Order: sequence, then structure tokens, then C-alpha cells
Amino acid sequence: MSSVMSKSPWIVHMNCNSCNGCDIEVLACLTPLYDAERLGVINIGTPKQADIMVITGSVNYKSVDVVLNVYNQMPEPKAVVAVGACSCTGGIFHDCYNVIGGADKVIPVDVYVPGCCPKPETILEGIAKAAAMLDEKRAEMKKKIG
Amino acid sequence: MSTIEIIIRSLLVLFAAPVIGCIFAGIDRKLTAKLQGRVGPKLLQPWYDFRKLMSKENIVVNKYQNIYILFYVIFIIVSLLMLFLEMDLLMIIFVYTIANVALIVGAMSTGSPFSKIGSARETISMLAYEPILVFYIVGMYMLTGSFNISRLNAADKPLILYLPLVFISMLFIMSIKFKKSPFDFSTAHHSHQELVKGMFTDFSGPTMGMIEFAHWYEYVFLSGLMFIFWKQSYVLGTLLSIFTFIFVIIIDNITARLSWEWMVKVTWTIVVGLSIVNILFIYFNNVRIV
Repeated sequence: MSSVMSKSPWIVHMNCNSCNGCDIEVLACLTPLYDAERLGVINIGTPKQADIMVITGSVNYKSVDVVLNVYNQMPEPKAVVAVGACSCTGGIFHDCYNVIGGADKVIPVDVYVPGCCPKPETILEGIAKAAAMLDEKRAEMKKKIG
Repeated sequence: MSTIEIIIRSLLVLFAAPVIGCIFAGIDRKLTAKLQGRVGPKLLQPWYDFRKLMSKENIVVNKYQNIYILFYVIFIIVSLLMLFLEMDLLMIIFVYTIANVALIVGAMSTGSPFSKIGSARETISMLAYEPILVFYIVGMYMLTGSFNISRLNAADKPLILYLPLVFISMLFIMSIKFKKSPFDFSTAHHSHQELVKGMFTDFSGPTMGMIEFAHWYEYVFLSGLMFIFWKQSYVLGTLLSIFTFIFVIIIDNITARLSWEWMVKVTWTIVVGLSIVNILFIYFNNVRIV
């Protein structure tokens, strides 16, 4: 399979309802110590140019519209990485009255990165797995068109 | 110039220029990473990015934006072609300006507040750099008696000997033109995102790929403008271009972003002043190199 997508996965970082612990770890991936750019990863501001959505925190009734809006603006093929316990399952907030649950309750999640909070190495591995999935999605997309 | 030479130069522009521009962009990212103590992406990362962008879905906000980007690409290529065929420098700058205006109007048409801020700031930066380009052309005209670059072949001395202050002004302008720090306020690249992506916020997939593609041509075009300062020698001219490029990257890494007010104040006083002093010197001493 060609590695067109997996060689330059651009990520958009979305904080739904996180305590900022996971956000700091996501940003740590981009620092010189972990250097995500050596894998071609760029943290891009606009969802219109992103391939992978990195989502942190559980989804609540206030943030659900924003998540859907950002997700729908991303062009195909796209993947979602849920970072942290809250984003995977809802975490310790799962039975709060205002919390819907994990990110998979509203958008299709491809890779789960558990932990509270996960280490930058784990997040990088999650992004690399999602990048490999993008190649498969592109192949499927091509089959559908042609 | 013979017909065969014209054909060879045109082919060079169409096929070799994007390759050189891509490697330029790769060196830029690699060097930036090294300066920040990182490993950095592969040298061909801009090519991987381009290939990926071309295979993504094309989401457009309105039907006009892609046409403007098409014009941007075409006019950048035409201006580079004219530069390689040693045509009228004044006309080349006009064609190049049309390309930039097309990009600004394209970004403006999308309606996103971030693109609007970005394109408004790009307009301001055009206001800042255009006078210097014109002074460069005027200086060349006064020295050679022609706007044609081909006329420089008859000169035995390089332009940079008589236009040193204009050269310094052009170095300053290159930082603005490459859209690098401290003048990267119209687009925000990579890690600083308070503008989201500035002018390019609403472009996605293949359209963004075309913009990257045009940037490669633009890198070669801007290097070509610096090459003309020592056109008599290929080696020294190329050295000048490479020096400009490395200079811009290092300045990009050691400075923070400044406000556009600061840029307009400095370009319209100090940088324009430098160029005027240089032009006046040539005028009063009646220097000619052809």
C-alpha cells in the first residue's frame, strides 16, 4: 500500500472538556524532546488542512456542536485519535449530569490512547497508528471513486 | 537568445524550478529544526506534504476561490519564465504583483475573519515592499539605460558594486516576501497559530497543494531577483541567492513577530531612505556601467 497519507499526517488539536493535562502532553510531543515533526506531523490550526483530529477530554452538551463542526470541516480521508481516559470513555466524569461520555459517542474514533494523562510517547504511537489507517482509508476512497 | 536556448530555459523553468524550490523548502524546515535542537523532518517533506494534499478531498467555501489560486499559480510561473528569458524587469514585477493580488483576492473571497485579517495584512506588506522593488528597477535602469535584464550581459561590472544599499534593502524585503519572521503576520506557519493559518485558513486539499507548488516557484523567483545583482558570474550570483536564503532562515529563527505598524514605519523611513541615497548617488555622479 502506498504511504501517501502516512508520511505527512497534519493534526488539529481539539480540547472538548479537558483538565488541560492531556493538552500539555499533546503539546509536549511537538517540543524538541519528542519532535513529532520528524514523522512529518504538523500541528495545524485549521481543520480544513488537517488529516488527524486529536481530541482530549470528555464531550459535554456545550462542546458537542463544536466537535461536530470541526470534524465535519476536515476533508476526507480523516482519522480521530482520542487522547486520555476522559476522551476514551468519559473517565471520572462519565456519570456527571452534563457529560455525554467519550468522544466515540458523537464522532467515529479510530485510535484510543488511554491514560490519565498518557505519556507523549504513547500519544505519538497513537498518531502513527492513525496515520497508517489513513493510507487504508485513502485506498478505500479511491476504490469507491474509480 | 537563440530559439533553442529559449526552449531550454523554458523547460528549465517548468521542470527544474519546482524541484529546486521543493529542496529549498525542505532545507528551510531541516535548518529550522537544527537551529531549534530537533531532528526535523526529511529533506523531501514538502514533496510528501504536496503529494498528500493533492490526494485529499477538495472542500471549497465558494466557487471563486480556486480560480484566483489558479491565476496565482499561472502568473507566478509566467513571471519566473520572463525572468529566465531576461525580459523587461518592470514588466516582470507587474506580472508578479498580479499573482500576489490574485492570492489576496482569493483569500479575501472566502469570508473567514482569519483570512480577511491575513489578506489585509498582506496588502499592507505589499505597500511596504513595492517601493523597494521599484527603486531596484530604477537603479538598474540608471546604470544600464534599459529595463531589460539582457542588457546586463554587456556590462562588465556587477550591479551590487553600484547598488549596495539597494541590495541591503532587498535583503530586508526578502524577509517580508518569504513570509518569515519578523514579518510573518499575514500567514502563521506551524507553531504560532493565533491567526489560525492567516490567508490560507480556508484553503484545503488540492487548492492548498497548488499554493505550496506556487511557493516553490516563488522561492526560485525571489532567489532569481537576488541573482541579478551579480548576473555576470553564475557562481557569485548563485552564492548571493544562497546567502539571501540562509540569511532569511536565520533571521526567521532568531526574531519574534513584529506588528505591521513597525514594518511600515521602518520600510518607509530607513529602508526606502537607504535606497533613495543609493539612487541619488548614481544620479549625481552620473554612473553608467554599459
